[in-house]
Amino acid sequence: MGLDFTVIPKYFDIILLGCAYTIGITVAAAILSFFGGIVFAVIALYAPWIIRQPFRMVAWMFMGTPLLLQLFLIYFGLVQVGIDLPAVVAGIIGLGLHFAVYNSELIQTAILSVDKGQMEAARTLGLSRSEALRKVVIPQAVRAVIPPISNNMIALLKDSALVSVIGVSELTLSAQRAIGATYRPFEFYLLAAAFYYVINLGMEWVQRRIERRISISR
Amino acid sequence: MTDGKSFVEIRHAQKSFGKLEVLKDISLSVDRGQIVGIIGSSGSGKSTLLRAINDLDPLTGGEVWLDGVRVNQTLPHRAYEKHINQMRQQVGMVFQHFNLFPHMTARENVSMAPIMLKGISKDEANALAEAQLDHVGMLERIDYYPSQLSGGQKQRVAIARALAMQPKLMLFDEATSALDPELVEEVNQVMRKLAEQHMTMIIVTHEMDFAASVCDRVLFMDQGVVVEEGPPEILFKTPSQPRTREFLRKHLESAK
Repeated sequence: MGLDFTVIPKYFDIILLGCAYTIGITVAAAILSFFGGIVFAVIALYAPWIIRQPFRMVAWMFMGTPLLLQLFLIYFGLVQVGIDLPAVVAGIIGLGLHFAVYNSELIQTAILSVDKGQMEAARTLGLSRSEALRKVVIPQAVRAVIPPISNNMIALLKDSALVSVIGVSELTLSAQRAIGATYRPFEFYLLAAAFYYVINLGMEWVQRRIERRISISR
Repeated sequence: MTDGKSFVEIRHAQKSFGKLEVLKDISLSVDRGQIVGIIGSSGSGKSTLLRAINDLDPLTGGEVWLDGVRVNQTLPHRAYEKHINQMRQQVGMVFQHFNLFPHMTARENVSMAPIMLKGISKDEANALAEAQLDHVGMLERIDYYPSQLSGGQKQRVAIARALAMQPKLMLFDEATSALDPELVEEVNQVMRKLAEQHMTMIIVTHEMDFAASVCDRVLFMDQGVVVEEGPPEILFKTPSQPRTREFLRKHLESAK
């Protein structure tokens, strides 16, 4: 039997809904991973030892274990200690924190490579260290890491398919559900792939816009 | 705590990095409105001394006083941070490499600290930025980013940024050393203008002619000590110390 794309329209709604979930989860997790990355970077570089050391353990956990395991831990594990998160929220938190740790590594390096004259000039004006970090150092560091962070965000989009294991009907799982009803795997997986491609294009467009805005302001 | 007699008073300043002693018991007083130049070869400690005044390079010994208040007090960490931020607001500093904030326009560079620290409104901040940039002849470039400016223009914006905090004292750390020769004069002009307005200034410089023309007093430093000091017409023309003569002779030769 050949390909038969006429089965698609009937299940298009499901796929579209899955697509909406994928976009929503990706955007929310991306925002969490960006701001979380900044916070983690500041903790890793400037927090007192007593905060920094436990934080390192947590960061190691997010970098050194599979994302799949982390999602299980957040969704199924936390219930045992009385934190019962909706699957979508657990997925966003898992993806967001996982990539926040990766973004934090990039941002730390960027903070350290901002010329130390910048901090000096800000301190000389009378700003405190945290004010100088917030207004002068971090904005420059973040501008420098937009391209590599964008790469992480593409990886985040692809890994968002993993939240299907905790029952979120995102794009991949929706395609699977349609396949379950029609036994047409090729058609629906191709359709899902096409949607991922389009979302990728959208993310690249956003990245280019951000980069263009930043390049003017340098 | 008001027993500091002069406006700026440095008493027995001492600074070492491990075994290396970069400042050896230096005392200096500067009156309000005075302009003091510090000359000397690189490594003589002149920048370190200047940076000790606002505690950017903390002294290992000795005292710094500004307008009757001890700058380098011994205080608990938090209290000291609060104190030093207060003191630094009163001292403007201009760096060799400008250190403008590259992600901000000239306007934002000038108005950021007053907005953050003095809580002025957006309109006041704009008026302030315009006035300060006009003062250094940079009003036309108010919405340019540092990367769009020449070295001399950057340094003029940096001076405006420091002046926007209305400091009592201005410190210049080789403000023209990184500039192409043809851009030096526009920065010197701004500094002369400040001198005419009786701003108290301490100027670390390699430019003897400029020091001679604006400073009330010049210090020659070598190996962490003040070898000789005096009015420029005496220090430059009839220096009493052999080391001063040697430095000036070498400097004259390299300038040719």
